[in-house]
Formats: sequence, structure tokens, C-alpha cells
Amino acid sequence: MTIYLMCLLLFVMGLYCLVAKKHLIKKIIGIAILGHAVNLFLILVGYKEGGVPPILFKDMNQEVFSQQSVDPLPQALVLTSIVIGLGVLIMMVSIALRLYEKYKTFDTSEINRLKG
Amino acid sequence: MQQLYPLFVAIPLGVAFLVLLFPKSLTRVVEGIVAISNSILLIMAVILIGHAPFSYFVGKWEPPLGITLVSDSISTLLLLVINIVGILSLLYSFKYMEMYTSKIRFYALFMLMVAGMNGVVITGDMFNLFVFLEIATIASYALVGFGCEHEELEASFKYMILGCVSSTFILLGIAILYSTFGTLNMADLANSISVNGINKAVLFAEALFIMGFGLKGAMVPFHAWLPDAHPSAPAPISAMLSGVLIKACGIYAIIRVSYHVIGMTPLIHIILMSLGVLSMVVGVLLAVGQWDFKRLLAYHSISQMGYVMVGIGLGTPLGILGGLFHLLNHAFFKSLLFLCSGAIEYSIGTRNLKEMGGLFKRMPVTSGACSIASLSISGIPPFNGFWSKLIIIIALVQAEYYAIAAITVCVSFLTLVSFIKVQRYSIFGDLPEKFKKSKEVPVLMGAVLIIFSILCLVTGVLYPFFGDTVLEMARDTIMDQHKYIQLVTHLM
Repeated sequence: MTIYLMCLLLFVMGLYCLVAKKHLIKKIIGIAILGHAVNLFLILVGYKEGGVPPILFKDMNQEVFSQQSVDPLPQALVLTSIVIGLGVLIMMVSIALRLYEKYKTFDTSEINRLKG
Repeated sequence: MQQLYPLFVAIPLGVAFLVLLFPKSLTRVVEGIVAISNSILLIMAVILIGHAPFSYFVGKWEPPLGITLVSDSISTLLLLVINIVGILSLLYSFKYMEMYTSKIRFYALFMLMVAGMNGVVITGDMFNLFVFLEIATIASYALVGFGCEHEELEASFKYMILGCVSSTFILLGIAILYSTFGTLNMADLANSISVNGINKAVLFAEALFIMGFGLKGAMVPFHAWLPDAHPSAPAPISAMLSGVLIKACGIYAIIRVSYHVIGMTPLIHIILMSLGVLSMVVGVLLAVGQWDFKRLLAYHSISQMGYVMVGIGLGTPLGILGGLFHLLNHAFFKSLLFLCSGAIEYSIGTRNLKEMGGLFKRMPVTSGACSIASLSISGIPPFNGFWSKLIIIIALVQAEYYAIAAITVCVSFLTLVSFIKVQRYSIFGDLPEKFKKSKEVPVLMGAVLIIFSILCLVTGVLYPFFGDTVLEMARDTIMDQHKYIQLVTHLM
């Protein structure tokens, strides 16, 4: 239970960083923390205390194995989600750098040409 | 057709990466390739009309283990909309995108976005939906910032931050559903939820989905990114974003999750309807005071999506039919309006309504198309917007929501006022001295505008010819959750 609460704490920290900070890079860090919190939650969904890796060797009993092994599906999902997160992160950093070239600042309160 | 179904994703995805290999001197060849591949997609979507529903198992892995692709009438409707607007925007962009550099990268991103949207519509697996959603939206982040000027980058960054938050929430919702039921297949999930009943975990997941997909579909109060992002993109992309992306990634996903996976309860009906009414009213009130042509159109997108949501949220057969019909019509007239604003910008180089005037004399085709689209969106018969708004209002009156029906009529009136302003300042009035020499847009762009204008008229007048096969079947599919479960799991 504690670990789920910690995961929630991480999620809230990410959201706080995203909402409260005005620096572009800090906002990107907030997004990354938010993504990692959800990935951690997905891993926790499949986790079992004292579980074994989900690889079936020839000398293993299938029934014992199916009770002991952790759920492999969330791990595959997290892998996909990390790759997507990486793509988004690169995109965000490159746009932030382009913004810096144009506005000469990372402060969002000064990047405010769009109004109305 | 069944075996060719994955090609809806495979063709655009393959073409997107193929065209990047071509050098800049072969831009004409690339244009040929993307046009042909998009036409193939459109032909496949047309063949699917009236086809019996089927499910395709990717890699022959049967549900609930593998990924399932599902074809039913609601996905056929969305595929039609995506690919019609897609091919026309593409033809338009051949000339229009000469204003920008690196056209080939533009086509690659465009095809990537089409692949993502087609994928969202055909998939039958929750996590797969998330992946395709990300493909479509990441491509759209890049396309919004394609001009790389101050405003475009700012809009792109804003869109990206909010889009990422919504994707994270959707993923969290999927994780919660998986932890509760141990499956990701939509039909299997729907089966488990209908057996076990809706508990608190499912409700929490539904709340996350409504927030996440609502943000992608720009429902008020999640709309802040849209008025910045849609005007900043190049005109054909604005047409794609407003015409299809907010429908495929927002409205369609909400329909699929709420009606088919989780199942409608009175609470969800009320939430969807309130979101719809809020979007309708706030969108139109913000739109009336705008002077930037594209920004005004973007606010109207929020408002018109509100109509669709009210129809869908109402949940009566007539309400859903009206919502779907308005979704189809909005795709045509809003794309046409954005392309018209692009054509005006192409000719005279401004989007500010105060600087325009008297364009009717110099640009008859664009002005005519713009008038037809304005009449459609404000709900003047015989154009398509009138019929769908009428159906929604009748459905609201039948369900005894008189107050909401009255609000709907008022919003329609405000839309009319706002578009009279557009007509008055852009098309009629006096032609400013500096635009005396402005020319009509090139033939291909003009032809696209004319085709969209004809579609606006035809979808309204010829409803009896296509209504039952396209729209009414889609409505029946939405209403029948049990049939959807059976379609996928009949082998289990």
C-alpha cells in the first residue's frame, strides 16, 4: 500500500511541477516525472511480492510457475510507453530550444504573443 | 476486404517513412505517391460502406490475447470522414505548401497523422488505441509548429504540454482498467464490466478517460490549447485538425469507451451533456469578438463539437443520429472554412478581418465557397448544418430538455451573427486599394474548395440516399453494446 501512495506522491509532484513552474525546461521535467509515475503504477499492477521473472524454463513446474511469476504484460506496455515518452520528450526539448532562439528566454510569462 | 483491413494503418505508415528517402528534386514524385496512397485509402473506406461488421486478429492471435481490429459502421463512418478530408486537404496543400520549405517532411508528417487517426478508429484494444492516439497527436504537434515562427512554436509547445497531460491521464485510466479486470481487449473488458457491474475503479477510469479524450476533443473546460494551435498550423493542417483530429481522437474515443467498453449510466449521460452545453455556449461567446479569421473559426470548432456532444450525451436514437450527422457535416464545412481562410491568406497575405473587404470581385470561387460554408455552419437550409442541428433540437425537445433546446437555438443564432460579420468584412464591402491586384487561387486549390462546397450541399439534400447505410447503421452500432461484444468474442 505504501508503495502505491509513493507512486501517487510522484504523480502529484509531476503535476505540481507542471502547473507551478514557469521555466520551460522545468515544465518538461514535470511531464517526464508525470510519465514515470504512470509507468511505475503500471509495473506495480503486474508485480507480486517474491515473484520470479516470467520466463519458463524446461525444469519448472507450470502450475507453480504461473502462481509465482509476475505479470509480463504490463512490462511490455511500459516499454512501449517509455519509447513514446522518449519521442515526446525529444520533440518538446527541440521546440523549447527553438523557442529560446526566437524569444531569448525560457520564461513562459514572457512567451505570450498569443492572446484572445 | 477482411484480409486487407490492416492496410488502413500500414499504407500511410509505410508511405510516411518511404517519402523521407526521396531527395528534394523529386518532390513531384512524392506528391504522386501520397496522392495515390490516400486515394487507395479512400476507395477502401468507400468499399466498407454497408459491409457486414467483422473483426481481424493481428498475427492470428485470438482475443483476448492478441490485438483485434474491429470494423463496424461507426468506424466506417469515421474512416470515410478522415480519408475524404485527408485527400482533399492533401490536394490543396500541393500548391499551398509552396509558401514553406521542406515539403517532403510535411507529407511524411501528414501521412503519419492519417495513419494514427485510421489506427485509432479501427483498433479494438485499449492500449493500441493509446499508441495510435500518440502517433496522431505527436505528428500534429510537429505540424502545428511547422512554420517555426514565434506564434507557431508557442502554440505548438502549449498544445504539446496539454496533450501530454491528457495522454498520461488516458494511460493511467487504461492501467486502472487493466489492474481491475486483467485484460485490455475492449470487447473482453466490456464483457467483464457488464458482468461485474460498474464499481468505483471503473468510474475513476471513466473520469480519467473523459478528461483525457475531452482534452483531445477540446471540450470546455479543456479547450485552452485549441484556439492557439488550430490557427497557427498551415491551412490544410488546420482543416485536418479541426475537421478530423478532434473527432477521431476526442469524440470517437469518448463514444467507443463510454458506450461500448464501460456502458452508459445516467451519470455519464449527464456529464457528457453538460460538457456539450458548456462547450457550445462558451465557444460561441468567445468566437463572436474575434477579428483573426482562423481564430474565430477555431472557437467555432469548440462550439460545434458541443453540439455533437449534446447529441451523443443525450443517448436517445434521434439524439445520437443528430450528433453523428453533425460530426460528418462539421468535418466538411469547417474544413472548407479553414481552406477558404488559407486561400485568402495565400492571395492577400492577411488573416485580419478588418484589413479585408470586397474580395468577391477579385476571388469569386473562394468567396462563393466561403459563403456556402458560412451558411452551412450557421444552419441555413438547404445546407447540411441546418438538418443536423434540426435533428439535435428535435431530439432534445422529444426528451423534454426544453431549456437545452432553447440554448441550442440561441447558440445557432449567435453563430449566424458571427458569420454575418465574417461575410460583411471579408467578402462584401469595399475593396482596399492595396488588394486591387490580388488574384484568384490556383486551379487545384479552387477545385478542392468547389468539391467541399458540393459536399456541403449534397450531404444535406441527399440524406435519404446515404442516411440509412452510413449514419443510421452507425447509430444502431453505438446503441447495441451486446452486439459489439459478440462481434469480437464469438470465437471465445
